[in-house]
Amino acid sequence: MSAASPLLISAAPRHTRLVRVTHWLTVIAFFALLITGAEIVISHPRFYWGETGNVNMQPLFSLHIPSSRDTVPTGYRYVMPDQNGWSRSLHFQAAWLAVLTGLVYVVFIFFTGHLRKNLLPAPRHRNWRAFRIVIARYLRRAPTGDAEAHSYNVMQRIAYLAVIFVLFPLIIWTGLALSPAFDSAFPWAVNVLGGRQSARTLHFFVSGLLVLFLVVHVTMIFLAGFWSRMRAMITGRAALPPEKL
Amino acid sequence: MTNISRRKLITTGLAATAGIGGLAVASRLARRYGLIPPDNGGVYGPGETMTYAVQKLLTRHSMAREFPRNMISKAPFANAVAPPNDQFKRLQANAFSHWRLSVDGLVARPGSFSISDLKSLPFRSQITEVVCEEGWSYVAEWIGTPLHELLNQVGILPQARYVAYFSLDKDWWDSIDWADAHHPQTLLTWGMNDGDLPVGFGGPLRMRVPRQLGYKSVKYINRLTVTDSLKNIGKGLGSPEPEFGYSWYAGI
Repeated sequence: MSAASPLLISAAPRHTRLVRVTHWLTVIAFFALLITGAEIVISHPRFYWGETGNVNMQPLFSLHIPSSRDTVPTGYRYVMPDQNGWSRSLHFQAAWLAVLTGLVYVVFIFFTGHLRKNLLPAPRHRNWRAFRIVIARYLRRAPTGDAEAHSYNVMQRIAYLAVIFVLFPLIIWTGLALSPAFDSAFPWAVNVLGGRQSARTLHFFVSGLLVLFLVVHVTMIFLAGFWSRMRAMITGRAALPPEKL
Repeated sequence: MTNISRRKLITTGLAATAGIGGLAVASRLARRYGLIPPDNGGVYGPGETMTYAVQKLLTRHSMAREFPRNMISKAPFANAVAPPNDQFKRLQANAFSHWRLSVDGLVARPGSFSISDLKSLPFRSQITEVVCEEGWSYVAEWIGTPLHELLNQVGILPQARYVAYFSLDKDWWDSIDWADAHHPQTLLTWGMNDGDLPVGFGGPLRMRVPRQLGYKSVKYINRLTVTDSLKNIGKGLGSPEPEFGYSWYAGI
């Protein structure tokens, strides 16, 4: 987006209301899913590959943490408090919130042009040179230019697109593949992942990638100026004073 | 400025009215088609209800995955069970020949059935996976009498909607809706992997509901009741699980 018309830009919010509302709903759902997901993992911190897996079988890998169930051999002498009941209920309720919010968001970005204008890299940026320029600027810790105050650079765009169209669909798919009822209706959903335990292990890995995104995302916000970015995502206004636009 | 805010107010008002109206219609339809689970109250009621309603509609004609014989787990896990009580030990001493499954509630001919009575009914063998809510699983061959065969024997009254099943183990019971009660894979299981069902895996008689998580497959079944409402059983939530935060419907 060019800064040719300062008045117009200062009047336009950095983030539209729908982006802001869906962003914070996703934040709530994501943290609920992350905490409850961790609680559920604690009841069986072993991961397998293939269709089946249990304590009588060799795991692919184990997390070296105590378990909330005494049937799991962990090497620890104590059993963690069992939190699976409410964790499972909240996990699925938060999953509904995330999925419905995601659907509204995706429909919105397709129909309003947000996807085309702000998320897909502009044709002149669809090359490695554009990436190199952005990376070099990050490495020099160069201040963000005026254009970036109101637009995402190519690295941001690729990261957001990957989260929206790769990681989120994958986490939903691998999660649904863990439902015996869903699998009865759509057996291929779990079979193509290599079986139920593979789906569970993939669900764990994809959640790890989402956490990685979260860490980078929040780090970048601190580097870019925490309060200005927070204000933009809450009120919609970029924090730059008008004369700087 | 006032025009815009008035228009906004009207639009928001209309949207809210449409939303509330839509919810009211949805809730009436859901009630009519039995899409509301017994544990629909509380903080997690909305999530439970949506999951149950959607999965119930998606799985109307679906079958749990069945596996080839070579996928039967060599080391199935029986899970921890409480040590059997004296009544169980006495029955076990007689090789469970005195084990009875009593059937009552909304049935034309209440009665009680021994394991060999059940074996004389048409039976079914299926290789399905037991999936625990903790995350582990195993595949086994399960042999048993489909619940619907027994229900046909006793004659179901038209107002029946649920089947509740009780373990000999005190306070262990659960229930399923009509679709699962009549599902061909819902088995009163008395055999496993070409032998009798071992005690650790629920023998002599276990309810297997393979489209739901393992905790719906209650072990040591000795009573069934057919009912039109789960309100009068236990705390009215369909099973003891919701008291501990677990869903009554365990399709996920």
